[in-house]
Amino acid sequence: MSAGHHHQLYRAGDSPVHRLPPQCKLLAVAAFAVAVVATPRDRLWAFAVYAVLLAAVAAAARVPAGFVLRRMVIEVPFVLFAVVIPLVGTGERVAVLGVPLSVPGLWAAWNILAKATLGVAASILLAATTEPRTLLLGAERLRLPRLLVQIATFMLRYMDVILDQMRRMRIARESRGFVARDLRQAPVLAKSAGALFIRAYERGERVHLAMLSRGYAGEMPIIRDLSASRRDWGLAVLLPVLAAATAVLSWSLA
Amino acid sequence: MTVTSPSLAVRGLAYAYPDGTQALFGVDLTIARGERVALLGPNGAGKTTLVMHLNGILTAGHGTVEVAGLPVRADTLREIRRRVGLVFQDPDDQLFMPTVREDVAFGPANLGIRGDELDRRVRDALGRVGMLGALDRPPHHLSFGQRRRVAVATVLAMEPEILVLDEPSSNLDPASRRELADILSGLDVTVLMVTHDLPYALELCERSLILSGGVIAADGPTRELLADADLLAAHRLELPYGFAVPAHPS
Ligand SMILES: Nc1ncnc2c1ncn2[C@@H]1O[C@H](COP(=O)(O)OP(=O)(O)OP(=O)(O)O)[C@@H](O)[C@H]1O
Ligand SMILES: [Mg+2]
Repeated sequence: MSAGHHHQLYRAGDSPVHRLPPQCKLLAVAAFAVAVVATPRDRLWAFAVYAVLLAAVAAAARVPAGFVLRRMVIEVPFVLFAVVIPLVGTGERVAVLGVPLSVPGLWAAWNILAKATLGVAASILLAATTEPRTLLLGAERLRLPRLLVQIATFMLRYMDVILDQMRRMRIARESRGFVARDLRQAPVLAKSAGALFIRAYERGERVHLAMLSRGYAGEMPIIRDLSASRRDWGLAVLLPVLAAATAVLSWSLA
Repeated sequence: MTVTSPSLAVRGLAYAYPDGTQALFGVDLTIARGERVALLGPNGAGKTTLVMHLNGILTAGHGTVEVAGLPVRADTLREIRRRVGLVFQDPDDQLFMPTVREDVAFGPANLGIRGDELDRRVRDALGRVGMLGALDRPPHHLSFGQRRRVAVATVLAMEPEILVLDEPSSNLDPASRRELADILSGLDVTVLMVTHDLPYALELCERSLILSGGVIAADGPTRELLADADLLAAHRLELPYGFAVPAHPS
């Protein structure tokens, strides 16, 4: 379990997409998402174009479709939500397989599903081609709040350490006969969680001392220089520019 | 600072924790440049407390600490932390960056080193501990012994005047313990090594200090201190079962 399961999104490779500096990819995905969201929901052809664009990126990155599809499960809550809307929606109704569904509800559901799917797929492609660490460096370069980036960096480093500690505490509980059967065991679990928190907190203090010992003065030093060339930006803007053109067209071609 | 100043000079160092626990009662010690010295002492003797004073994490209640002639004070902290390389007991505390390369680069980068020189320092430090192959690996995927070695590299990259290690051999298997000893004995820096592992002290350090009850209780050649059964017993130190101090250096 400690083999870093939060890295599962990343798929090592050496494609042009992998090689792009992270800040270019981050901006490209964000701009793509804006274009998708801005597209009127009844321009079905525009959504088809977006899907083709993403498929082209996936092909360039040599990320197989199955890899992306399997990671789309995080979208499940959206799907459930979308399923409910046509059932409870008001207005004109249409019968599908004998179930009366609200037409505006169906459109609303399609809107959520299509846009969420495209956004999630783009994010998965980003994560599949960019190491978590590099992603954070990219965020830093884009001037995202440093504190947030630092917190995320430490989470990345200590996730496994803390999960491992949790596992060891569970084993220690269970080897002394503890079984979490029902609510009556909750106090024990709560105490374990408290102990875990204190350990994590103390770890934080010790790490801070270690950082001070190596000259930390409040700012993370720049270690990896990830500057993007014009060529990088030129390549990265392809996706959002094509998406933006599609969005503009979808507005004008009523 | 002059070339002749000792690497480390501690005079009359006393310290009480904020809760009132008096941990150090006036510690005096001097370590010459290039010496390797072991700091021995029972649990709670104040060893870690002393070590934390050496790079100004704790500031002396009384007394002074000087590193190569430079006193530890608020306005010298930056230079002091460059000169004193502290290796913590738990490598997971020391290795906080997502990759080994970034972790080793952290210290020198804080000193303002960038680019090729930074890269050279990182490779050089990792090479000295035999971990160049782990450059781009995340620290948590390394074995414990490997992490300890990378932890040593993180401070070597700062090219310190003195290397201070808190319990370097703890939790290492015999082979890793041996590898670390080879690395430490091959370094040409001053070393102060806190340890409970008396044979390790004997192997690596000519000289030892015994810290007990917050003062230096003994200071002399490791061989002589470890041969003095009464002295060891008085300070709750014990040689491992069946271990006898060899009569001649091996
Ligand atoms: N944060 C703290 N607050 C209060 N007292 C402390 C604190 N840390 C240590 N002490 C006390 O200071 C004394 C010296 O502790 P220190 O950790 O320096 O001992 P040590 O020699 O490193 O022991 P060990 O061999 O167990 O690591 C002990 O009595 C300890 O209880
Ligand atoms: Mg200690």
